[in-house]
Amino acid sequence: MTYEKLLEQTALEDDRFVVMTAENRALVRNLPQSLGNRFIDTGITEQTMIGAAAGLALRGRKPVVHALSAFLTMRAFEFTRTSVGIANLPVKYSSFIPGVLSDGNGPTHQALEDVSIMRGIPGMEVFAPADEEDLVEMLPYIWATENPSYVRINTKPSIIAHKPYEFGKAEMIFEGSDFTMLTYGFMLENCIKAHQLLSDMGYKVGLVNMRNLKPFDGDLIKSILPKTGRFITVEDHFLTGGLFSILAEFLVKNELHIPVSAIAFEEKWFRPGTLQDVLACEGLTPEKLVERIEKFIQNA
Amino acid sequence: MNETKLKELEDFALRVRQHIIPMATQGGCFLGASLSAVDLLTYLYVNHLQINQSTLDDPNRDYLFLSKGHDVPALYGIFVELGWIKKERLSNHLSTSDHVYWHPNRHIPGVEFHSGSLGQLPSVSIGVAMDIKIRGGNNRVYCVMGDGELNEGSCWEAFLVAQAYKLDNLTFVIDRNQFQANMATEDLIPLESLVDKFEAFGLQTQRIDGHDFKQLNTAFNQVRDARPQVIICDTVRGKGLPSIEARADRWFCNFSEKEIQELMEELVSGQQANLTAEKLVVR
Repeated sequence: MTYEKLLEQTALEDDRFVVMTAENRALVRNLPQSLGNRFIDTGITEQTMIGAAAGLALRGRKPVVHALSAFLTMRAFEFTRTSVGIANLPVKYSSFIPGVLSDGNGPTHQALEDVSIMRGIPGMEVFAPADEEDLVEMLPYIWATENPSYVRINTKPSIIAHKPYEFGKAEMIFEGSDFTMLTYGFMLENCIKAHQLLSDMGYKVGLVNMRNLKPFDGDLIKSILPKTGRFITVEDHFLTGGLFSILAEFLVKNELHIPVSAIAFEEKWFRPGTLQDVLACEGLTPEKLVERIEKFIQNA
Repeated sequence: MNETKLKELEDFALRVRQHIIPMATQGGCFLGASLSAVDLLTYLYVNHLQINQSTLDDPNRDYLFLSKGHDVPALYGIFVELGWIKKERLSNHLSTSDHVYWHPNRHIPGVEFHSGSLGQLPSVSIGVAMDIKIRGGNNRVYCVMGDGELNEGSCWEAFLVAQAYKLDNLTFVIDRNQFQANMATEDLIPLESLVDKFEAFGLQTQRIDGHDFKQLNTAFNQVRDARPQVIICDTVRGKGLPSIEARADRWFCNFSEKEIQELMEELVSGQQANLTAEKLVVR
């Protein structure tokens, strides 16, 4: 099942769904034919698309809106916050090329603060599936809610068989007593590979695919905490406002104590290039992740 | 429009102004902007929109979105006169115990959507108009905007999309009172020629006196072509109160109780109030 097929099937079964795009058709190229006037392309107008989505939702629709992540979140932000957010309308955001997936586009297109700004809206739910299998597993639950939601879309093939999704719950992939890596979205694959390398080196390493950023699976964090020595957050997002921040907020609020280390972009954009070059340059390949994690452990 | 109907509309609008003026004290309100919109909103709610108290949630109703937002006292006054809200609620203006404040919100029956952030509701109106078309409905959507609001680029983006989708069920109504917050529009970001601009954007455009009910009646009943409509209503900021009319400094007003009494008399007599005690508020 692909993202596009799932969306087509969902919209054909439930006429509340309309598919909208601000002329970003990469994920929905074949839907104009099957959905007819329930496919709406507003042109390069992220603000108008989000405002119109709010209007459609007022009439009982569930618009699934598409645009490049940077523009979907930031160009249209006040429309999202004010027209969708204040009214808590079920507009479903499908955010294309978030994080490092903007590869060669440059900083204009780098959405490294999307989780931070979208989770700041009351009622907005935020998700980051690890790959297309995870995505199609999660989306039916995400689209079923009556809240607005933001999804970091990621359609790469999976390298693992995922567990069934339960709304709001993270996926525990490995348990490990030395430390536990917490990650989401695109970075899961390299974390799995890094986990293998670290295990070969004798570390007992846990790994969690967070799946959700909001709601946050605090229960899982609480259950792991007594059994592991450290959390290491790994994300293709700014340090500010992403998973590291969410975890820190959760730990402080609940008066929980554990060392935490972070791999994220700190006060910088990434060097544009092919995805593999970006990952190598920014220290996000499995080998580089292992080096960075070893430093955390050695410096502890 | 016959004389009886005309008199009915004039009397209704007078009563709406009598509801609005007392809100311009103890915290104040956007009085000038509200008074310019009273007549066009009165016309729409009393004589044009297919909506009444029993159809406020009916999907086949006509929709009016007040994008301008800060002229909501005009809506409060109209809704009181229509019996949609109780008059007593107006005395809750700016009390946190109610939802009667400077901008519209959906806790007030008849308010379709919250506004106040300018340039947002043209696109929300587009979404509603699109859905009505998808479902084959005959109801219409009206989006009332300020002239200063037209500074916002999102308005023009929305006009482009409205004409692209041939939303002939959508009418943008411009309260052209010649002023934005602090000064005349033409002294800051000149808008004219507005008719040419809207025509160039592919909208069916009319320009009328927004205080003349006969002209409003003619314009809103004109045969539509396949384009979205715009009706530019030339109005006067503060209309009805000569002492504050067409003044840049009478956008937001917060008068003393005594001044309010004098303004209420001025509304009927035309005798200008003495407004020395008012502390001007710049927002």
